[in-house]
Amino acid sequence: MPLTLQEVEHIARLARLNLTDEEKSRYREQLSAILAHVAKLAERDTTDVPPMSAVFGGDSRLRPDRARKPLSPEDVLRNAPDAVEGQFRIPPVFE
Amino acid sequence: MTALTDLSLTEARHLLRIGEISSRELTAACLARIEALEPDLNAFLYVSNRRALRQAERADRELARLRQDGDFGRKPLLGIPLAAKDVLSVEDMPCTCGSKILEGFVPPFTATAVKKLKDAGAIVIGKTNTDEFAMGSSTENSAYGVTHNPWDTRRVPGGSSGGSAAAVAAREVSAALGTDTGGSVRQPASFCGVTGLKPTYGRVSRYGLIAYGSSLDCVGVLARDAADTAAVFAVMQGRDPRDATSQDVPAAPIALETGGGLRGVRVGVPREYFIKGIQPQVEEKVRAAIGILQDLGAEIVEVSLPHTEYALPVYYLIAPAEASANLARFDGVRYGPRVSGEGMWDVFTRTRGEKFGAEVTRRIMLGTYALSAGYYDAYYGQAQKVRTLIRRDFEQAFAGVDVIACPVAPTTAFPIGAHGDDPLAMYLEDVFTLPANLAGVPGLAFPVGFDADGLPVGMQLMGRHFDEPTLLRVAHVYQQTTDWHRQKPNL
Repeated sequence: MPLTLQEVEHIARLARLNLTDEEKSRYREQLSAILAHVAKLAERDTTDVPPMSAVFGGDSRLRPDRARKPLSPEDVLRNAPDAVEGQFRIPPVFE
Repeated sequence: MTALTDLSLTEARHLLRIGEISSRELTAACLARIEALEPDLNAFLYVSNRRALRQAERADRELARLRQDGDFGRKPLLGIPLAAKDVLSVEDMPCTCGSKILEGFVPPFTATAVKKLKDAGAIVIGKTNTDEFAMGSSTENSAYGVTHNPWDTRRVPGGSSGGSAAAVAAREVSAALGTDTGGSVRQPASFCGVTGLKPTYGRVSRYGLIAYGSSLDCVGVLARDAADTAAVFAVMQGRDPRDATSQDVPAAPIALETGGGLRGVRVGVPREYFIKGIQPQVEEKVRAAIGILQDLGAEIVEVSLPHTEYALPVYYLIAPAEASANLARFDGVRYGPRVSGEGMWDVFTRTRGEKFGAEVTRRIMLGTYALSAGYYDAYYGQAQKVRTLIRRDFEQAFAGVDVIACPVAPTTAFPIGAHGDDPLAMYLEDVFTLPANLAGVPGLAFPVGFDADGLPVGMQLMGRHFDEPTLLRVAHVYQQTTDWHRQKPNL
């Protein structure tokens, strides 16, 4: 079933993407085609098949908790579009 | 004497060690060739001229020192110029991932895989072009222009590591790092007639690799032949405390001796990889190469990987789902450009909406949808279960054979623009390479002939987890009796 425009807008909102109307309609069409293709998976019976979430799962390891020299604040902030007094600066979140 | 840029890595290494050539002249020759060819190829996004030459001079002094005591063991790549795909962080070199959203970003650290090359004496001379965030099969998704295939510049080099493949094929460097999430080392290697290794998942550290699909991403090598690939891979592999998914497996010695040919090696040929839609010349060359493996002593066995047809839908749910999470960090706050707006929400959505290209946006949306409430079980959950079935296919096949031989891609390099705005047609390019990523097994692509248009055809070998040495040895033995890997494009 093709995606509706409302669904595309919902996904874009979840993904924090500002899309033009033209983009919404193009992605609606293309995502619907891709979803129709992947729908093939539903035909496969997977009762009793465990999900594979990692290639080598079940072997979580701990490393020694040793302090290491971190990046300097200057290095961390060097790429920021806006930084002030050792911090990232962003527009207001609350008015 | 051969042009310096025509030397393979192994040949150059030998000549550097005996003092026949200097790293400075080799590096200068690479830089000159890059400057001459880049207008036609666009394989590089960044080239470090002065710094590379300075490092080469330093390498020459060290070569002179080591020549005295004869111990080059700790510096196996001393003086060799190499390139890295622009999704790998290298300190003080811009890293864009082929995206406008990272324009101007200069990482403050170096990826472990690259650092190991540098520690071994290699000189990283630049960063190669890639589909944006490694999403694509043609390098057409780069925000900085397509890379052109050195064999026919009207065609794509494959992708996403198309810049690395083109750079190696064009003799701009003897080897380059790539990354492979669904075929992004092997398919461009095939399209450009070079050798490309996707190691076992977890064999090479991904610290400093900008993540795309975390359960699939691997750092790999593209080089002239299996011997050169092995030389670089041997240095890169190994557990890294900075990457929790890197595996603590002893480095297997890579024995490239050819004595005895391929006697005792069982080669599986999966029937699901020779299907309708594959170009007849691709099938013909791959079957001929399998015939040569047989002539060299290998036993050829038909095998079945019955869930192959599900690899594409599984991949295009799992990879975008992981990408949608990994790419959430690009929001115009900590790095990259910011598109201004009214308040924070506006800044996030405008920066992301304007700076991500179409394919990346598509995959973020697809992944977001597959993970969203109400759809998780049907899409992502089901894909993870079918992934288990694909992995089991390989386990069963490798109970009876040592390697699996098949095509890398259904076609040779296609014309730039051929897939236009049809994402599904592009996804089908990866149909033979996706399964290795899903199962986590290693894969190696290498040239086995040319089609009627003079375009390279590649064959893929897949192996057991951590059995890269067998893949490299089989390809090396094959390359001792064939010269496809020695052909070079007319540029």
